[in-house]
Amino acid sequence: MSVVAAPMPVASVRRGVRLRRRFLRRPMAIVGLVLVVLFLALAIIGPFLTPDPLAQELTQTFASPSAHHLLGTDDLGRDELARLASGARVSLVAGVLSTALAMVVGVPIGLASGYFKGWLDPVVMRLNDTVLAFPFLIFAVGFAAIFGASLRNVVIALSIGLLPTIVRVSRGEALVLRELDFVGGAVADGARPAGIMFRYLLPNSFNALIVQATVGIPTGIIGEAVLSFLGLGVQPPGASWGLMLTSAQQFLSQAPQLAIYPGALIALATLGFNLLGDGLRDVLDPRERR
Amino acid sequence: MTTVLEVEHLGVTFTTEHGPVLAVKDMSFALAPGEILALVGESGCGKTVTAMSIPGLLPAGGVARHGTVRLAGRDLTTLAERELESLRGKDISMVFQEPMTSLNPAYTVGKQIVEVIRRHQTLNRGQALDRAVELLTLVGIPDARRRCASFPHQLSGGMRQRVMIAMAVACDPKVLIADEPTTALDVTIQAGVLEVIRTLCRTMDTAVLLITHDLGVVAEVADRVVVMYAGRPVEQASVGSLFAEPQHPYTMGLMGALPANALRSGERRLAEIPGLVPAPVDDPDECQFAPRCPRATERCRTERPLLRALGTDHHVACHHPGREVTSD
Repeated sequence: MSVVAAPMPVASVRRGVRLRRRFLRRPMAIVGLVLVVLFLALAIIGPFLTPDPLAQELTQTFASPSAHHLLGTDDLGRDELARLASGARVSLVAGVLSTALAMVVGVPIGLASGYFKGWLDPVVMRLNDTVLAFPFLIFAVGFAAIFGASLRNVVIALSIGLLPTIVRVSRGEALVLRELDFVGGAVADGARPAGIMFRYLLPNSFNALIVQATVGIPTGIIGEAVLSFLGLGVQPPGASWGLMLTSAQQFLSQAPQLAIYPGALIALATLGFNLLGDGLRDVLDPRERR
Repeated sequence: MTTVLEVEHLGVTFTTEHGPVLAVKDMSFALAPGEILALVGESGCGKTVTAMSIPGLLPAGGVARHGTVRLAGRDLTTLAERELESLRGKDISMVFQEPMTSLNPAYTVGKQIVEVIRRHQTLNRGQALDRAVELLTLVGIPDARRRCASFPHQLSGGMRQRVMIAMAVACDPKVLIADEPTTALDVTIQAGVLEVIRTLCRTMDTAVLLITHDLGVVAEVADRVVVMYAGRPVEQASVGSLFAEPQHPYTMGLMGALPANALRSGERRLAEIPGLVPAPVDDPDECQFAPRCPRATERCRTERPLLRALGTDHHVACHHPGREVTSD
């Protein structure tokens, strides 16, 4: 392709089109995208369209699906669909916020560690190993025991759990990028280290970080479900997929659908993000393409 | 002669696991505004290390630099990193060999030039963009305003090198260091890029330190030449004088290896200089070129020749300079 002759806007659109085509050629990535979109719709729009997830109708427990309760009701007569939608929102918040928090903290640490090297790098990496070496669940249980069980603390604990991978990935990117000529050129043009990190290293690590985010979000979703299931996250009467699984346990023979719905949603949501992430990796990350 | 850059007795030593490496030894040269000085030599003779050490761009660990580097009278070797940062890109800027990877792939060309301008000058975004367009036009990029919106991968190697030059001269530097600026380019593009450097040097009164191993490039654009061998200057002269009367056998060897010269003398095979550049691990008191030199004598192996003047503005470090082999 004669890139030089093409005026810029055309060439830029071409790149976008090429990436989209490459993405659309992967059926599994499309399945992932559809699942993620459905999950987002359920989490964002769902709560507006469904009844109050906390309203109990004690005469209507374990109701079958009806026009009034599309997926029936749970053991306290609460609308199951409303609780699933509310739980989706909790999952989304936990997944996205914990990943975002881990990125905001981890990316600068990783980039600085990889760019400056020197004494900083081994210190950061050993600290990183320490966090990695600690079993996440034990850490999260301890965290909840000390700071209390709440969604906020779940998000914090999850982001600490996600941190080492993100530090590692961004450090790796920085290690590669710092050796490239354009970074050396920026130094020769008088750029300061902070400017180099945020204008040269960060934007060029974007693809790897996007892929990392699509791994972090489902990890956060599962993590929230696990912690809530163990009673360390969202507290009753709040709705969370993990918490719904806990309460469904006692009625497993009586109303198995109460366990199946949230369980299936956890599986589908994480599957969706993972498939999407794989697709994006194939499309965006040139190293994985070979 | 007014000088803008003065390098005196510059030495660079790297500390490695295998002991010290003396990459540059006793380099001295001066650059006047609007002058192009070429630094010539084989790979590994210390050209790039010399260039990088001027704005203090050598790697941080295990490097010792001695001697002085004066920019407009100010000794750069004593400046703190912070002061050097504000100097780089403004008073001294560099153009590198590899145009394909020297631009940030994440931003448009215009944005990168604007950034360099705004790093060192107080212009608003619009003014800086106008200046960027002006610079791109200056380095011979057609339709510069639209080109500003191009990403590096949309430009050819020659175009990118022109952009690099535009960035380098964006802040009207006193000294431009061009490290093999045309080596990675097609021969057909080389001449154009060299012409741009030459024109900028003349019109902006910028002093250019041109690093190259290509004597053809030297003949084309340089005013004066320093020939380096094994980290030392062996010959320094004006271009005319050097090509007319090369004094050092190494310089002659380099010229003999030029295809054009071989053709002229009717040789079927290009003349080569036997042997390799010595490993820069020690610095014995001898002529380092002696093992490869056709006219080496006992004196060459026991006494290092010092750079001495032969006529006006022609210096050579050889015991037996000149065309003919003179007996000692």
